[in-house]
Amino acid sequence: MISLNLIIAVCLAYVLLLFVIAALAERRAANGRLGWLRSPVVYTLSLSIYCTAWTFYGAVGYASRSGLEFATIYLGPTLVMVGWLWLLRKLVSIGRTQKITSIADLISSRYGKSNLLGVLVTLLAVVGTTPYIALQLQSVALSFAVFAPAASDTPAALDRTALIVAAGLTVFTILFGTRRLDANEQHHGVVMAIALEAVVKLVALLAVGVFVVWGVADGPADIFDRIEASPIAEWRVDTGRWVTLIFLAGAALICLPRMFQVMVVENSDERHLATASWAFPLYLFLMSLFVIPIAVVGMSTLPGENPDLYVLTLPLRLNAEWLALLSFLGGFSSATSMVIVAAIAVSTMVSNHIVMPIWLALRKDGAMMSGDVRDTVLMARRVSIGAVLLLGYLYFHLSGSGAALAAIGLISFAGVVQVLPALVGGLFWRGATRTGAAGGLVIGFAVWAYTLFLPSFGVSAVMPAEMLANGPFGLAALRPQALLGISGVDPLVHAVFWSMTLNTTVFVVLSLLSFPGPLERVQGAEFVNIFAHRSAAQGWSRSAAEAEDLLAMAQRIIGPAEAQTMFQRAAAEQGKGGYLPDTTPAFLERLERQLAGSVGAATAHAMVGQMTGETAVTVEDLMAVADETAQMMEYSNQLEAKSAELGRTARQLRDVNEKLTQLSIQKDSFLSQISHELRTPMTSIRAFSEILMEGGANESERRRFAHIIHDETIRLTRLLDDLLDLSVLENGQVTLNRAVVSLSEVIDRAIASTVPPGTERGFEIRRTPEAERLQVDTDPDRLAQVFINLISNARKYCAAPEPSLRIVVSDQGGAVTVDFIDNGHGIPASGQTMIFEKFARLTDQARAGGAGLGLAICREVMAKLGGAITYLPGQGGAAFRVTVPRAEARAA
Amino acid sequence: MTKKVLLIEDEPSIIQAISFILSRDGWTVDSHADGATAIEAVARKRPDVVVLDLMLPNRSGLDILTDLRANAETEALPVLMLTARGQKRDREMAERLGATLFMTKPFSNAEVLASVNALAGAA
Amino acid sequence: MTDTPPRNPLFLERRSYRRRRIADAGRLLPVAGLFLFLVPVLWRPETGGPAGTAASGVYLFAVWFGLIAGGALLSRALVRPEDPPPAIRPPEAPQEPRR
Repeated sequence: MISLNLIIAVCLAYVLLLFVIAALAERRAANGRLGWLRSPVVYTLSLSIYCTAWTFYGAVGYASRSGLEFATIYLGPTLVMVGWLWLLRKLVSIGRTQKITSIADLISSRYGKSNLLGVLVTLLAVVGTTPYIALQLQSVALSFAVFAPAASDTPAALDRTALIVAAGLTVFTILFGTRRLDANEQHHGVVMAIALEAVVKLVALLAVGVFVVWGVADGPADIFDRIEASPIAEWRVDTGRWVTLIFLAGAALICLPRMFQVMVVENSDERHLATASWAFPLYLFLMSLFVIPIAVVGMSTLPGENPDLYVLTLPLRLNAEWLALLSFLGGFSSATSMVIVAAIAVSTMVSNHIVMPIWLALRKDGAMMSGDVRDTVLMARRVSIGAVLLLGYLYFHLSGSGAALAAIGLISFAGVVQVLPALVGGLFWRGATRTGAAGGLVIGFAVWAYTLFLPSFGVSAVMPAEMLANGPFGLAALRPQALLGISGVDPLVHAVFWSMTLNTTVFVVLSLLSFPGPLERVQGAEFVNIFAHRSAAQGWSRSAAEAEDLLAMAQRIIGPAEAQTMFQRAAAEQGKGGYLPDTTPAFLERLERQLAGSVGAATAHAMVGQMTGETAVTVEDLMAVADETAQMMEYSNQLEAKSAELGRTARQLRDVNEKLTQLSIQKDSFLSQISHELRTPMTSIRAFSEILMEGGANESERRRFAHIIHDETIRLTRLLDDLLDLSVLENGQVTLNRAVVSLSEVIDRAIASTVPPGTERGFEIRRTPEAERLQVDTDPDRLAQVFINLISNARKYCAAPEPSLRIVVSDQGGAVTVDFIDNGHGIPASGQTMIFEKFARLTDQARAGGAGLGLAICREVMAKLGGAITYLPGQGGAAFRVTVPRAEARAA
Repeated sequence: MTKKVLLIEDEPSIIQAISFILSRDGWTVDSHADGATAIEAVARKRPDVVVLDLMLPNRSGLDILTDLRANAETEALPVLMLTARGQKRDREMAERLGATLFMTKPFSNAEVLASVNALAGAA
Repeated sequence: MTDTPPRNPLFLERRSYRRRRIADAGRLLPVAGLFLFLVPVLWRPETGGPAGTAASGVYLFAVWFGLIAGGALLSRALVRPEDPPPAIRPPEAPQEPRR
């Protein structure tokens, strides 16, 4: 018999494994090596959080009660996934282009970034998710109890287990769900962990299924007979429930906050959806394959036991203990992965749509400090995660692990699908408005609560029995489970029917009656026409005949000469000859603008649209074009962006031009520079050697002259060395001895060789040893050469009364920057672009050595090392920034 | 009275060399290293001959020569131009601007001495 | 207008035409699936339909698997040509210098 302690140990080990996997995935992602972390397989597996503990344990229980009806929960999603071209492709595409963070964000964004809608959807999500989390806690608690001694089956023990599990999951979710604030809200660690859990639960359920079919029964034929002989052999489809449940499950796949999170928010490549469109249904298929066999065998083998736990109790009672353990882990996986993702999804909504707006409203002045806000957002997420799990636990605690939980999965589904009309309407109908969406949501939510959610707590729990039986105030037409006298229908079907009907009706009617604001219209157009621009941009080139037609039309409107010039220029820009450019969106846009100058924007849009046969021009299109406010806003934004870009380009060109002019002057005088640098020391050498040859100088003079000759010879040698070094570097013949070294070591060496110990006075070098403890991937000798150059330059040229040099190291992620900042006069702006050129000494005053090749060599060396050296203006003194690649970058 | 030469040059070792050669021959040698204040130095020292380097810090030797020739007092002052760049263009420019003699570094000591003496005689 | 580029629009057209029809099939697949999933609603033991759980189950799972297989084929056919966009370009390239 497996002891409870073993179970706890296995659980802890499993959670530890998840931690490690998640942490490793985060590490890889942080280093930018996503690779297989973001493959279609991982994406598909992450979708499997649709299968919670309710699937893992509950499907068999469901099948034991209602036969094949359980399959509807998986048939609905299958249809939605297989039909990805209808809805999901659009949804994922919008999610990515609009940087959507949650389903509440999607709805709010579509309807003019309305926070009211964000709050509504968030509340709906919280109410819909809480019972579901409670359900997971219950199933984990119950599965623990199976292994525990009989005494621990008490409600108090279950309660304690649930509390511990909730606390553990809170910690995990906070650790990996709120590590940082990403622009795209992706959680690589969490996704990897739930992909692993997906494999565990699939393997576990398949193992139990194989065990039941081939271990307990004698294969498929025997199972077939056993089904025929079982209590669920006779199966009559309840038409209403069958249809409703397929619809409900399909809609839930889109609307559940956690599904939206993994399917849309965590999606990294739209093509993954194409794979998941069949691979995820296959996963569901496999999860469902053995449900009926397990149920049938369970009913005959373990009569009287809880069918919800057959998956666990069957192998346990039949002494397949390790299988039971695996099955337990499968259930544990199902529950934990759902809770983690749901908590992340809901906490994102709560913090973005409830906490942050309130916080920003409370402190109007402080909102400017960005760092401040980020910390607050993360804190809000963490607190929300804790709160969501606490709510789940409280729900479990209060509802008392009883019958109320059994149907809770479907009740949750019915609640969250209230978003569906606003979502689908918003994606396909430009006329959908915020008022309509809000109205539909409120009505749908209210009807759901009144007809299904509140009565689900049991008679007299929330609603008085009197009210359930006879309606409020005795109004029979308003009986919660028989609105308008439609009675005798399954309560779930009744609730879904009424809530969806009223929701949709109110949504449509209010949308038709209300008028959207400009932002709403812009967003509406963006969402509905998400593929309009993209499909063309993907290179679905149209036939040349179209370009010809367009030219013919343009000639008629703006005149032959002008039209031909325009088309020719466009073709040339695309790298083609002739007059017929590819009809790219950019070209069409330009043509449209050109035509608009003659015939007006609305007509131009309509004409181009007709010619290219993109979409038939509807009244809505014309209206949108005519909507001056929206159009102007969009236009001025685009213009602003364009002119900023033009400005940038012009600035770059000016810089390049300036440098080129300077360079050509430099190049002109390069030879005479070399000549000058060589002849100057040679002059002294010749003069003094002649003096020495003539004789006549006294002893001390002779020694002095010999000394000068010696020094000048060294100067010549150094100059030649520098020239050779530079030419080798420039010709790329240099071999680098790369090694991973500590930065501080290199700096130590550089300082030691520029400042022989004891000789230096009045030149202070300030360093930050902690920051220098970094590994860099470089040629240490070459890097030291650069540092030596910079340090000795600072010593030579720093004219401050108390000269000092600061060496500042900072880690910039992929690279390290080392700044050398002295406290002298610095370098005037006019010289800053020139100092790295050959012989570009600024003044000839300090001729203490080098020939002005030092910085040119530094620049070449750094380029060879994969880094850079730049002048850093505005630091008070002269400041140079050396950028060195980090050590890790090399392994990739 | 000994003759005075003003050496406008910024390389310390070349200053030493020329000073040694000329003073051994009886010249009084003053030197000046900064191009910007070279004209004032000429006015102050009133030399008989000027030896002028072409590349000086802050001000080019050619500019100084132009100024000297523009001033009535120094219009006829003998000037020996020195350059280490050794380009034909420099020589032409210096001669056009009124350099009395032009020499390319490195030079022989005898050559310098002879040139300065010749200039002193011409003055 | 005499130098109308001799590109191969026919080839491109056919290709994108095929793609569109595959996408159409992909859109119809779930409709067909829904229809087949709703068929059991109409089965009555009295009229001789296979009303037993076992037989209905085999039917449901068979349809289900068919949908998955169909979806896999279509989505692969739909994604593949889009993957390497250069594959559409090269036929034009050699003609550029001639013009």
